[in-house]
Amino acid sequence: MSLSVKSEVIENVAIITIEGALDSSTASQLHEEVQKIIQQNPTELVLNVENLDFMASAGLRVIIFAKQKLGSAVKLFLVKPQEQVVETLRMTGLLFSVTIVDKYPE
Amino acid sequence: MAEFDTRIDYYPTHEFEGIKYRRGHVLPFGATMVPNGVNFSIYSSSATSCTLVLFEKNAEQPFAEIPFPKEFMIGNVYSMIVFDLDYETLEYGYRMDGPFEPETGHRFDKGKILSDPYAKAIGGRDTWLAPPNWDKLYPFRSRLVFEDFDWEGDKPLETPIEDLIVYEMHVRSFTNHPNSGVKFKGTFTGLKEKIPYLLELGINCVELMPIYEFDEYEHSKKDPETGELLVNYWGYSTLNFFAPKSGYAATGKYGMQVDELKTLIKELHTNGIEVLLDVVFNHTAEGDHRGPTISFKGIDNKTYYMLTPEGYYYNFSGTGNTLNCNHPVVRSMVLDCLRYWASEYHIDGFRFDLAAILGRSQDGSPLSNPPLLESLAYDPVLAKCKLIAEAWDAGGLYQVGSFPFYGRWAEWNGKYRDTIRKFLKGDEGVIGDLSQRIQGSPDMYWARGATAGINFITCHDGFTLYDMVAYNQKHNEANGENNQDGNNDNLSWNCGWEGETNDDYINTLRHKQIKNALAILMVSQGVPMILMGDEMGRTQYGNNNTYCHDNELNWLNWELKEKNADLYNFAKHIINFRRNHPVFRNKDHFRNADYMNTGFPDISFHGKKPWQADWSPSSRIFAFMLDGGHAKSGFVGDDILYVAMNMHWESIGFELPQLPEGKQWHVSVNTEMPSPFDFHPISNEPRIEDQHNFMVGARSVIILIGK
Repeated sequence: MSLSVKSEVIENVAIITIEGALDSSTASQLHEEVQKIIQQNPTELVLNVENLDFMASAGLRVIIFAKQKLGSAVKLFLVKPQEQVVETLRMTGLLFSVTIVDKYPE
Repeated sequence: MAEFDTRIDYYPTHEFEGIKYRRGHVLPFGATMVPNGVNFSIYSSSATSCTLVLFEKNAEQPFAEIPFPKEFMIGNVYSMIVFDLDYETLEYGYRMDGPFEPETGHRFDKGKILSDPYAKAIGGRDTWLAPPNWDKLYPFRSRLVFEDFDWEGDKPLETPIEDLIVYEMHVRSFTNHPNSGVKFKGTFTGLKEKIPYLLELGINCVELMPIYEFDEYEHSKKDPETGELLVNYWGYSTLNFFAPKSGYAATGKYGMQVDELKTLIKELHTNGIEVLLDVVFNHTAEGDHRGPTISFKGIDNKTYYMLTPEGYYYNFSGTGNTLNCNHPVVRSMVLDCLRYWASEYHIDGFRFDLAAILGRSQDGSPLSNPPLLESLAYDPVLAKCKLIAEAWDAGGLYQVGSFPFYGRWAEWNGKYRDTIRKFLKGDEGVIGDLSQRIQGSPDMYWARGATAGINFITCHDGFTLYDMVAYNQKHNEANGENNQDGNNDNLSWNCGWEGETNDDYINTLRHKQIKNALAILMVSQGVPMILMGDEMGRTQYGNNNTYCHDNELNWLNWELKEKNADLYNFAKHIINFRRNHPVFRNKDHFRNADYMNTGFPDISFHGKKPWQADWSPSSRIFAFMLDGGHAKSGFVGDDILYVAMNMHWESIGFELPQLPEGKQWHVSVNTEMPSPFDFHPISNEPRIEDQHNFMVGARSVIILIGK
């Protein structure tokens, strides 16, 4: 399985587009991207995950990592997540700390 | 660069086939993430050498085997930090070399790869009943877990134990029935979806049957008659004490069982529901000398197990082996384990399966001052956890009432169950006993207070409440042991017909008996526990030992909630009634005196005539009155409560105690009446016409409120 990660920061909003499968073999790519973006102190983090097909434990860890690094003042948006991703976030308790939207800006 | 890169203790000093490592930290035991690597630490009193074996997740063969250099060993502890490992995909185990001499207690076998007793997750049974590969080199694999869960403000609830309504349940059984209505059936997530149901019923504490990792395929076999697969369904056989059961998590296949379980606990806590774990520290899944070598047996057999002088396994648990709990090293492991669950999972308390074993010495003899029980009682981390003993074992040690308690241990009150069952079926000679049980068993727990006993009439072992009134005999044929397994002494009465019947009279009587049982349980001092499904008449068709069935014998059939709506509504009422009346929930024993000067003693006993209980051997009636002015030892106010029970086959008139000026009797419960007149909504209880006499129906319980 593979993962493609692209990121940009526009006016303090960090946008990361993730496609493919987020598991233990690919999560480090996202982890690096998140670490890079955090350096720029964004005020919001937007994850475009419409084409993210699958997320395992390693993927969850990166989102937790991002959330903890950014602090509670920075809002984390998930744009158009697929059902498996939403279910996983719900069952592991992370759903409450992200905002799910159909598009960004809302 | 990060600060730790400047620390010398995180630089590799050794290299083996391209893998970098160094001397590790001896504590903590287990595998711990450290900067850039993992610290491994394990002990064995008698191994001659140890090798760390590393796997990629699910790989058949290891990618590395690193022998611990002699200089890495301190005392009997092997420790090593290995660098550049992927926390997510790593699976690890150990090989231990040493003598194979069963007669001296040693069973080393370096051909086996052993699971770490301190592993925090186990791979191998990721999905419930997924067919295992029996030839796998290393079937139960130690894994790492992350401790990054966001608990927000959550912590254990510390609800006073006397205020609990305990609901004993099996995670899979609760929602696995096709009609449960939840999406992820039989999982932690499924249970979470049903929290509104628990709240409606009035439950504020769930006791989960084992959720430590176990092998459902252990001792699995085909039923000779039906060909159905019989499995280790209940899970009273631990593979690892620190790892949650992956097959109970919908996300187990993604490796997120830890997060899913923590999410469930957090959500239960948010809703005011405590979580107790049923923990099995009396034996492991390794069986006796014929059983598999999975972990303890190959790491340090002599330390972990109680052995006979000939090197065989003592079997006080009835399952093949006995964990050597009062060996100082094993005691530390148990303590480490419970601290881990209390701190990392926010568990509110523990119920110890066959806890009498925890009070046995290394040669099996009962100790008067068992170090393990003492350590748990005085442990700072466990200081506010509920500690509840199943105070007997399969080796004949029965300690109900005498379990060493160190000022805080509570116990399953087996005598409560037996007395109430006898009374319900109309046995003679139990009134004296009954009066003790409904008071919180001061005869047994005088020095320990009213909360030392967990009152229950049914639990997972034995008949369900419905089966207790529908069967005289066990019917365990489906277990494939010719009906030889399970308890023969059920103290049950089938109300006139063995099993299902269309007879209205019998079915009405059965429902009434269930209501009687629930009513008595909820007006008793002590901590009430009900068995999952008893509130809606769950049946196991007379099977009193369903440990091996992954089917409708165990799954809760949610249609019963409608079918037996009268039972469900009654259960809901009586539970919430108890929660509304502090007079039922005293921490301290009654003094049988009017120490608050209200005009009534805290408790008084009555019969057909007020103030005159019928203690005669042939008596089947009993009434008592609780004075609300003495509720919670007089610290809160409540109404006056009068409960009359008649287990005679004829109606009996009770003359009521006279209330103080201005108060009148109101009826809350009368199990003789058909639904919906068997109870009245809280605070809406009707005043009774005749304030002096009450005709209590045959085999009925009434509850009156003086207000």
